[in-house]
Amino acid sequence: MPIKKIEAIIQPFRLEAVKEALKAIQIEGMTLTEVRGYGRQKGHMEVYRGREYQVDLIPKIKIEILVTDARCEEVIGTICRAARTGKIGDGKIFVYDVGEAWRIRNDERGESAL
Amino acid sequence: MKWCRLAASILAASLPVAAQSDAALIAEMQKLKGAVAAAQSAGDNAWMLTSAALVLLMTGPGLALFYSGLVRKKNVLGTMMQSFIMMAVMSLLWAAIGYSLVFAPGTPWIGGLDFAMLRGVGATANSDYAPTIPHLTFMVYQMMFVVISPALITGAFAERVKFNALLVYSVLWAFLVYFPVAHMVWGTGGFLNAYHGGVVPVFDFAGGTVVHITTGVSALVCALVVGPRRGYPQEPMKPHSLVLSFIGACLLWVGWFGFNAGSALAASSLASSAFVATHLGAAAGTVAWLAAEWLHSGRPSALGAISGAVAGLATVTQGAGFVVPFVGAVYGLAGGFVCFYLVVIAKHWLGYDDTLDAFGVHGVGGIIGATLTGVFATRVVNDALKLASGEAAPLGWVDGNGGQVGNQLIGAAIAIGFAVVGSWVALKITAALTGGLRMDAREEIEGMDLVLHGEEGYNLEA
Repeated sequence: MPIKKIEAIIQPFRLEAVKEALKAIQIEGMTLTEVRGYGRQKGHMEVYRGREYQVDLIPKIKIEILVTDARCEEVIGTICRAARTGKIGDGKIFVYDVGEAWRIRNDERGESAL
Repeated sequence: MKWCRLAASILAASLPVAAQSDAALIAEMQKLKGAVAAAQSAGDNAWMLTSAALVLLMTGPGLALFYSGLVRKKNVLGTMMQSFIMMAVMSLLWAAIGYSLVFAPGTPWIGGLDFAMLRGVGATANSDYAPTIPHLTFMVYQMMFVVISPALITGAFAERVKFNALLVYSVLWAFLVYFPVAHMVWGTGGFLNAYHGGVVPVFDFAGGTVVHITTGVSALVCALVVGPRRGYPQEPMKPHSLVLSFIGACLLWVGWFGFNAGSALAASSLASSAFVATHLGAAAGTVAWLAAEWLHSGRPSALGAISGAVAGLATVTQGAGFVVPFVGAVYGLAGGFVCFYLVVIAKHWLGYDDTLDAFGVHGVGGIIGATLTGVFATRVVNDALKLASGEAAPLGWVDGNGGQVGNQLIGAAIAIGFAVVGSWVALKITAALTGGLRMDAREEIEGMDLVLHGEEGYNLEA
């Protein structure tokens, strides 16, 4: 069974909701990175003693999850429901094919390494 | 009645007054007077040592945190060092010769060498300045003022000046600007000294002219001579941690009680008066800056609040112990408003890079404070200056002495003149001795912490 990597970029304040929702469908592992970026959601203006700074890159959370192909749709749907606020800036999800997965501890490979 | 009689007879028995000679009585009185003086000295000395420590607190951590939070994080340690090193270098310079050049008798422009290496500066009070505390306490209290002064200037050339250039400039600045101006205003026989034979009497309670005008104007000269940071103003240069600046500003506010109330040089009611005026100055400065900012840009900022407090404090310094305490709020309002418009609006038109607004806050606040003191100084609060008749002399306009405003402006103008010429000369000599004031382009991009000190402030991987 092929393995997929789901990469979700979400609003930082939705992280707990996403984690809870994924736990509820027995997704037990993820890797998380604090990132900054921008898309359609524009940044904001900051002013320090009259000097204005346009801040484009705003903080987001990037979650990476590896799943079997069979569970991919379900996980994507779960993340979308948990992370959605309906406003610009809710983020994006990308899905990749994974060539190989390897557990460092005991050399397990493929699906059993997840 | 019975009890009264009994008490009287016991008293009579225990006080054999008739048996005592007059000489013994006089000796007893002398002892008592000595004990009273010692008690007052102990009280005053306790407050003045505390004040000295409070003023040191203003430089480190106060100013060091305030300034270093406003720079980019690659310069956080370099900026802290610019303040901290003054605690070492200026202290030694002061003890070696600075104190003498300011407070020893000399010419109207500069003091003599009587107190060099602290010769003769010991437990006995110097009655010219502070008759109830050890001369050493007065000396170390004044030391803390020369420590913070060049540290204030560093805000003007933050993030770009070499460490060796900073050291050479600061020492030269002390000789060319601080020592002469401080002697003129506070030293015995100084040209501007209102109490000890000055020609033009200037009232400067805690250093509005001596510290804030000299440093603020020197800061402007430095900003112009050194030039802006590379990339200013196109590149973003946001403060890296207003949290640090916030803590620093709060420590400055607290330390300022030592600076201003301590300038009463005694644990006196005058100290209380200066304390309250100072606090109201800071409070009103905060409110004024924030109100102006709120009106101007729609939001009151934390940086605006702390900048306003410092502007209010710098403004009220000159008058703290000369004005009715509530007038401290007038100083704060004036300082907060004017400094806001200078820093937030005028500076951007003029285009110079006084990076942390040492001129906009201290120079401008100092000049406003000097002027207002000519108006509001009153003998109701400070009666130390006596007429020939022994009555307290009228001080400012409110006492009917309108000419004092002119005297204050002459004092400010002389301080400005010394700051401009002294700083310019000091910068030129420094540049010649150190091969240029600034780090080169690559170094400036890399940051002071790595280039000048070989360290980083935030080692997140450690």
